[in-house]
Amino acid sequence: MSGLIALFLVIGIAFNCLGAIALYRFPDVYTRLHGATKATTFGSIFTSLGVIAYGFTKWAYTGEARFCVLAIHAIVALIALLLTNPTGAHAIAKAAHRSGVMPKRAVVDRLAEREGKW
Amino acid sequence: MGSYIATMILSYLFYLFLTMGSGNIGLWSSSELLVGIPVAVIAGLAGGRIFGEYIPSSLLNPYRWCLFIYYLFVPFFTAMAKANIDVAMRVITGKINPGIVKIKTGLKKDMALTFLANSITLTPGTLSVDVDEEENDLYVHWIDVKDVTPEPRDVCGDFPEWARRIVE
Repeated sequence: MSGLIALFLVIGIAFNCLGAIALYRFPDVYTRLHGATKATTFGSIFTSLGVIAYGFTKWAYTGEARFCVLAIHAIVALIALLLTNPTGAHAIAKAAHRSGVMPKRAVVDRLAEREGKW
Repeated sequence: MGSYIATMILSYLFYLFLTMGSGNIGLWSSSELLVGIPVAVIAGLAGGRIFGEYIPSSLLNPYRWCLFIYYLFVPFFTAMAKANIDVAMRVITGKINPGIVKIKTGLKKDMALTFLANSITLTPGTLSVDVDEEENDLYVHWIDVKDVTPEPRDVCGDFPEWARRIVE
């Protein structure tokens, strides 16, 4: 079981690292959002899964309720993350486009075409 | 009135979920069970109107909840994993071809559109930027534009179909 937890943590940390590297590699705010919000969401899902697996196995072995509570709180955190993360990314992208930040190296921009800026 | 009571009950259940393991009446202590009631009543009074207005009644159907849970774990999770590996490769190689495209969703309810936009944004490689409120079309920032006037299927797979099945 500890092998599975370690696997979850390694996958999670790997994707979180890639998210951080994406901030450095990508040219503008929109492409950076792809790396910085989504790769880290995927990474955080796996680190939370590690916590959930740890909580439930400890609960099964020791029978102490606090480990079950730990796992349930990690599940609540995971749901909150899945709901708030896309909303935040969408708000940042829309705000950036409204304040006139155009996507760099873009091949097409239908939104700017609608607003007559392209 | 019904939506206020439904909100109160849901808030109380959520409160119980959060305070699980605090004592020995079931899993809860007596003080948590008591304090939960006024908290749930206040939350219900404050949020009941919003809950009734924006959550369509079609979402109260348990079959749709099962469908939603299936969607979350099987089609959505596989799409998300694939797209994550794809974007991870792009981070390493630096190969991008970005652009903002417009996709026709064909959805009618606001809730379904929210559902679809959130699914699209959570999948790496696609990011919903804005919505055309008259025709319910989405403007999506796509990291690898294969076609400047794409079909919805090219951008987000079966997501619109699932949004229609679960919410509408």
